[in-house]
Amino acid sequence: MELILEIIMIPAVLATIKILVIILMFAMPLGTVLTLMERKWSAMIQDRVGPNRANIGKFTGHGALHLAADGLKSIFKEDTMPKGADGFLYFIAPFFGLIAGVATFAIIPLAGPIGDFTFQVTDIEPGLLFIFAITSLSVYGAVLAGTSSNSKFALLGGTRASAQMISYEVFMGLALMGIFMVYGTTRVSGIVDGQNEYWFGSLIPMWGVFTQPLGFVLFFTALVAETKRAPFDAPEGESEIVAGYFLEYSGMRWSAFMLAEYVALVGVASLITTLFFGGYHVPWLHLWEGAPQWLVTILQVIKFSLFTLFFCWFQIQLRWTVPKFRFDQTMALGWKKLLPLSLANVVVTAFVILAFA
Amino acid sequence: MELKVKKVQRLDGVREAFYFPAIFSGLRLTVKHFWRNLFGSKDVVTINYPEEKRHVSERWRGRHRLTRNDNGFLSCVACYMCETVCPSKCIHIEAGEHPDLSVEKYPVVFNIDELRCVFCGLCVEACPKDAIRMDTGIISMAYTSRETFDFTRDLLRDSYDPKAHSNPKYGDYDLPSPSSQEEALPNSQGVPAT
Repeated sequence: MELILEIIMIPAVLATIKILVIILMFAMPLGTVLTLMERKWSAMIQDRVGPNRANIGKFTGHGALHLAADGLKSIFKEDTMPKGADGFLYFIAPFFGLIAGVATFAIIPLAGPIGDFTFQVTDIEPGLLFIFAITSLSVYGAVLAGTSSNSKFALLGGTRASAQMISYEVFMGLALMGIFMVYGTTRVSGIVDGQNEYWFGSLIPMWGVFTQPLGFVLFFTALVAETKRAPFDAPEGESEIVAGYFLEYSGMRWSAFMLAEYVALVGVASLITTLFFGGYHVPWLHLWEGAPQWLVTILQVIKFSLFTLFFCWFQIQLRWTVPKFRFDQTMALGWKKLLPLSLANVVVTAFVILAFA
Repeated sequence: MELKVKKVQRLDGVREAFYFPAIFSGLRLTVKHFWRNLFGSKDVVTINYPEEKRHVSERWRGRHRLTRNDNGFLSCVACYMCETVCPSKCIHIEAGEHPDLSVEKYPVVFNIDELRCVFCGLCVEACPKDAIRMDTGIISMAYTSRETFDFTRDLLRDSYDPKAHSNPKYGDYDLPSPSSQEEALPNSQGVPAT
């Protein structure tokens, strides 16, 4: 028993266990369920019924069995490759997006630390810079899929994806500069703890959304554009280039693209929660003195999950509300409006900090 | 000639340039629908077809039926009016002499090829004896072979009256299944056995 505990406490083993728990029990299941939820919720938004036909005998579970049906279908579907495609790149492309989406969870804390034990895979010093590095990796998935498919639609989609993601990466970083300045660190645990302070005694928590409202809007916009979801889904562009960069894929590789999109969606939601909504900190919990540690941890996990779920829902709601931007509009919005705004945000934040600190 | 130019009013200005007022008013609408439908699907107008069926008005022209008179015989006197007026030539009638002298003439064969029928209702209008009607309310006929669509006299006979049901069910199961045309013949009520 003690030997097992000793092995578990080896940092590398512990990190592996955390990775498995956070990814296999939080990110992937939530992403998978969201593929169905998006279809159900969009049906509710549009006054439809949504998927409800997959059944085992009489049991349909209000469409829950569609998850199993979709999985089975994509496993047994033929894994096709178009003539003249670049085989190696074509086969590895789907996993870039998936890996980038999953890697986001490496630095996200699900709950506060208990002693030395943290509910976070790793709390590295660069923190959010790591996120920038990883999310820019996901553009390779789109670009490689587009170029290796030997299809003009896919190539157009890949080109659009690369142009869009590179443009929005620029002010994604700038939008977070304000957060770095306010909390004085790029380390995620530092930012989360910084949001546990309060204004006016214990009245308003110093959440990122209150200290950096414009930064929140800009960062959220940039992240939505990074995940290539509506209103920034020109790279997929159903109406003009069919499905964009993953047009030629089928079976499990196509599913990998879809799963990557939804894992990235969960990643966006948890990032927003961590950076702008206090992370795992339950507001005003410090007023309850002598709260048992286990209860606090459970409350923190619940609070984090609720906010993450809310932002998953919000992104889906946004997708079914806002019409798609034309590609030139996407570019104009990014370079002409959001980039100057994020620069102005940095300058104003700097002046405010100088004036009050 | 001068071309007519219509000036379209575009919404411009700061309000539109920032997108947010438009996005928020859109979100208000979609969230309203989402919450209404999340608890009880209040706005959903979908009819789950095989389980639920749309109400069909009595005037709706569905599958044909041959009515019977007070004696229980077929009202049809094999006058060929419907066959003549039919634009798609889907009715085939062969007249015969009835042993009961009060009946005079009756259709020995009365076939309607439902695949050719265009459901125009002209046969119903042409009939002088009100012998053919299209008020069964059967809106879908889905069978696996062409032959089953060739409805014979005994399958068309009046065994189903939608008015007799307070809550009419419209479905093929209310009429004898056409998969066994020969089996239906001995049970014919329209024509007494000779």
